[in-house]
Amino acid sequence: MFKNLTIGQHYPVDSPVHELDPRVKIIMTFIFIISLFVIDSFFPYLFVIAFLGIAITTSKVPVKFVLKGLRPILMIIAFTFIINLLMTPGRIIFELGFIKITEEGLKQAGFMAIRLTLLIMGTSLLTLTTSPIILTDGIESLLNPYKRFGLPAHELAMMMTIALRFIPTLMEETEKIMKAQKSRGADFESGNIINRAKNLVPLLVPLFISAFRRADELAMAMEARCYRGGENRTRMRQLKINSRDYVASLIFVVYLAAIIITKIW
Amino acid sequence: MSIKAENIKYIYSEGTPFRTVALDDVNVEIKEGDFVGIIGHTGSGKSTFIQMLNGLELPTEGKIIVDGTVVGEDKKKLRAIRQMVGLVFQYPEYQLFEETVAKDVAFGPMNLNLPQAEIDKRVKESLELVGFNYDKIKDASPFDMSGGQKRRVAIAGVLAMKPNYLILDEPTAGLDPAGRNEIFAQIKKLHDKSGVTVVLVSHSMEDIAKIANRVIVLYKGKIHMQGTPKEIYSNAEELKKIGLGIPQIAEIANELRKKGFHIKSDVITVEEAKVEILKELRRRKNV
Amino acid sequence: MDDIIKIENVKFKYSNDDIKYAVDGVNLNIKKGEFTAIIGHNGSGKSTLSKLINSILLPTEGKIFVKGMDTSDDSKLWDIRQSAGMVFQNPDNQLVATIVEEDIAFGPENLGVDPVEIRKRVDDALNTVGMYEYRKRPPHLLSGGQKQRIAIAGILALNSDCIILDEPTAMLDPSGRREVMETLKKLHANGKTILLITHYMDEAVQADRVVIMDKGNIKLDGTPKEVFKNIEEIKKFGLDVPQVTELSQELKKEGIDLPSDIIEIKELVDLLCQ
Repeated sequence: MFKNLTIGQHYPVDSPVHELDPRVKIIMTFIFIISLFVIDSFFPYLFVIAFLGIAITTSKVPVKFVLKGLRPILMIIAFTFIINLLMTPGRIIFELGFIKITEEGLKQAGFMAIRLTLLIMGTSLLTLTTSPIILTDGIESLLNPYKRFGLPAHELAMMMTIALRFIPTLMEETEKIMKAQKSRGADFESGNIINRAKNLVPLLVPLFISAFRRADELAMAMEARCYRGGENRTRMRQLKINSRDYVASLIFVVYLAAIIITKIW
Repeated sequence: MSIKAENIKYIYSEGTPFRTVALDDVNVEIKEGDFVGIIGHTGSGKSTFIQMLNGLELPTEGKIIVDGTVVGEDKKKLRAIRQMVGLVFQYPEYQLFEETVAKDVAFGPMNLNLPQAEIDKRVKESLELVGFNYDKIKDASPFDMSGGQKRRVAIAGVLAMKPNYLILDEPTAGLDPAGRNEIFAQIKKLHDKSGVTVVLVSHSMEDIAKIANRVIVLYKGKIHMQGTPKEIYSNAEELKKIGLGIPQIAEIANELRKKGFHIKSDVITVEEAKVEILKELRRRKNV
Repeated sequence: MDDIIKIENVKFKYSNDDIKYAVDGVNLNIKKGEFTAIIGHNGSGKSTLSKLINSILLPTEGKIFVKGMDTSDDSKLWDIRQSAGMVFQNPDNQLVATIVEEDIAFGPENLGVDPVEIRKRVDDALNTVGMYEYRKRPPHLLSGGQKQRIAIAGILALNSDCIILDEPTAMLDPSGRREVMETLKKLHANGKTILLITHYMDEAVQADRVVIMDKGNIKLDGTPKEVFKNIEEIKKFGLDVPQVTELSQELKKEGIDLPSDIIEIKELVDLLCQ
């Protein structure tokens, strides 16, 4: 049942982290990612882990949910680890045939693995504590100043909202068309790659036609409700920075300061 | 030869907060040549049930047996079962994908790996069965047709599989009265002429009463009532209680009975109601 | 000046190459506060007419005025759409946002209404359609009837005087249809002008006025009683007639003393029991 699928991975509980302004969260996540790549020794990662630990605890999101975000990219982490391990030149500490492991390689591989793990955990925390629609609001608001350089901030946000709205509907539709074609003897599960791709035609054609029909009707419905782009548009929900956001920013600045100090030393 | 559903239970999203028992303790036998109507509103489990009949969904507990074969036991037999049990989904016109009507209808028979001559024959037959002139329609694009026509093409696409059992989920949804009557007339003709067993799913008692010879009422995943349309009709009060609409005629008869009229409990058509009311009025005059 | 909608000799065809007009010379005035049902089979021009009123389409010939504004006047486009809000057939394809209350806010946001006022309108609209508890839900988890009520609330939040509904119940089950009809009756009681396009005669019976369209033209126009007594004619247009009216007329032919314009079950039952 695709119907109950949650989009993104929002974990809806009430917590101080959930309540933060999305813009603050997005900026913090962004800088957090940069900080991960600036660090080049193991000790400062303790700060990162401590900071992330505090953030996760305050967010009331179970750690296993944050770690779940790692599962799909475990392969990538492993791959990066191995590549770095084998490809970095330096002092050889282990040698077996053509495989040479260097001290620098081991270090580099370790850094990359830690960085990627923390990066995913950090961004997961952002999407876990922010519903997609509020995230979209935040992105729109952050991009707004760039409008004068021709950046279609409102349009991008509207596209995201509509995509989020229609993903479940289209998933359900996919399931339905698939079942209808299976009833006519279609086979989506066996055969080689070329055959499988060919077998998708009876699914994809109706799906595209339906998506276009929906887009057409939606456009009409939006115009009927006086939609005419982002000009002079107001929003019911206003984003507001309040004391909680200042506290969070302060904690974040302390974290950054700690990282920078270790870097200078 | 029949489709048997034995002690069917279906639970979806097991182990999540969305866990729902969609079907519970459902026992049905659909015999060859039957015309069965299944009614129930959205969420009654009727859509899940019919998807089990051709193996698109498998029951959590219980068995579906099609002509002696247990559905799902052997995956290799699924295609054969889907050929025997043709399923027409709701709004089937949305599954059309080929450039021409004939090609689209041929999709099913082609999946059955039939010889080309047989495929062509079936395409022609099924399009004619749903009331098209084959030569006129075969090269038309399904996307240029009206909603009602597209629907008939989609039904022909299932008929071309030559199913012994034809299951239709709300085949008239969204059509106007003329389109609705046309589809029903065709289904009726199909049943009478080719002897195919029909299972018709609807939320309209009115439509089903006119053509089915047996009705199953599903309510909250269970079989609530089962019988001939007339038997089901005589329980108008019960049908209303579970939120199913009953035709005006049944309601009129019901109201009159409440006021002391002696009227049969199973009147369905305007004509029957007229005869009954006149009889009663004359009887009263003579008293 | 009581007429909220005036349709004067309107003709419309989708393209210049079309021989037939989809709407072919319609004259129709809708009074403020009236609940009108337009019925006709598919292709009778009834949906086209609704889109003409909302200025989604413009008449090929003739004029339409909504609250005195000409629908072909570009400068009045948004005022017209705000005055005569429109609800469409497919409940899935007219909801924009991922949360119910956000969707209802969509209209007033487009009009640039103040956020505090939007909040108030959204809450009012939610209460009117009885969906307040569902305000935080994602629309795709609602039933068809509930989605249509949300679509109606979206129009209410625009503060439209008139609501045009283009076959809002065609894709719903009986309980969804009932929900929508109950909502419309409530809005009508609150003074809204309602124009319901449908092919269900049992819905049309509940309106103040029934207009029957066929081949782009108005064939019958009057109260439900006046219209539905023309059983033979209505059947010719490919439409259903209320069974109670048909039965009453059949009984009348057999010499029972009954009026020919019975449209309610209670009326027939009471007369027979006298």
